Amino acid sequence: MRVVLNGHGHELEEPATVSSAVAAIGAQPPAHGLAVAVDGEVVPRGDWERTPLADGQRVEVLRAVQGGA
Amino acid sequence: MSRTTPADAHEATAGPLEVAGRRLTSRLIIGTGGFRTLESIEAAVEASGAELATVALRRVDPSARGSIVDVLRDAGCDLLPNTAGCFTARDAVTTARLAREALATDWVKLEVIGDDRTLLPDPAETLVAAEQLVADGFVVFPYTNDDPVLASRLEQAGCAAVMPLGSPIGSGMGIRNPYNLRMIVAAASVPVILDAGIGTASDAAIAMELGCDGVLLASSVTRAENPARMARAMRLAVEAGRLAHEAGRIPRRLYGEASTPTEGLPDLDG
Repeated sequence: MRVVLNGHGHELEEPATVSSAVAAIGAQPPAHGLAVAVDGEVVPRGDWERTPLADGQRVEVLRAVQGGA
Repeated sequence: MSRTTPADAHEATAGPLEVAGRRLTSRLIIGTGGFRTLESIEAAVEASGAELATVALRRVDPSARGSIVDVLRDAGCDLLPNTAGCFTARDAVTTARLAREALATDWVKLEVIGDDRTLLPDPAETLVAAEQLVADGFVVFPYTNDDPVLASRLEQAGCAAVMPLGSPIGSGMGIRNPYNLRMIVAAASVPVILDAGIGTASDAAIAMELGCDGVLLASSVTRAENPARMARAMRLAVEAGRLAHEAGRIPRRLYGEASTPTEGLPDLDG
C-alpha cells in the first residue's frame, strides 16, 4: 500500500497502521514527543497501533523543533 | 514621603508574572526560532533567565540529532508550543492538538498569520481559533495586533493572556504604537505580553514601562551577533522596565522643574 508520509510517497507493508508509518519515518531517538495526523485529523498515541491506514492517506509525523516567538 | 532603605531597595525585585494559575519569576519568555545550534539555545536561554520558551511543530527529520525538548527542560524551561506557520483557524486548532499530543501540555501560543509578507496576524481567524481552543480545554496565548478591541474580544473568549505585537515579527522595529498598547494594558484583566517587534533591550524596557506584564521575543536574541549577551541584556531590560513601572515614573513636562529648593537662596548681587 502507498501512503503519503510527510509529503513523500511511501510503500508500507499491509496491513499497515499508524504505528507502521511512525516506524517507517525512522526518527532518531528520543522517540518521545511525536504527534501524528492522518488526513488532517490527530490520532492520539494510544490509538496508533489499532488505527489502520488505507491506500493514499496522508500521514504527518511531527515533533517539536525550535521555532517562533 | 516613604523612605527606602538600601536593604529595601535591594529586595525590591520585580514581582512575578502570574498567568493561568502559574507563577513565573521571569517576565521574559523566549522564542527559539532562528538559533543556529542547540548549544547556542542552551547558552542564551540560560542567560535570559526565561522559564518558558516557545517551540514549533514540524515534520520529523530522521537525520536530526538532539532534541530541543531535552535542551529546554535541562535549562529549566517549560515549553510553550506555538502554531507558527498556520494561516487558518482550522490549521491552528489541529496544530495545537498535535502539540498537546506531542508535548503533553494544554498551553499553546496561538498564531494565525494573515499575510506572509507583513506576517501580521489574521484577526478574524485568530478569534475563531481562540474560541475553539478554549472550548477544547486549551490555555490560549494569542498573538494579536495592537488593537484594543480585538484584545478585549480575545480576553472575553477566555484566553489566558493577550499578546499584542510591537511591530511585525522579526522586524526589530520596536513598539510602533505605544498609545494602543497603553489602552490594551488599561482594559485587560489578563496579563498582556508584548510579542514581536523587539529589536534591542530598550524596546523591551519600554514595553514593560508601558505596563506590559511580560515580553516574548526571539529574533532580537537569536539573530544577534552574540545571542547569549543579548539574552542577558533583555533579561536586565525587562527587569528594569518592570521596576520602573512599579516605581511610578514622573509625569512628562514641557518646561523644566527645579529639584533643588529655591528657599534659602542667598542674595549674591554685588
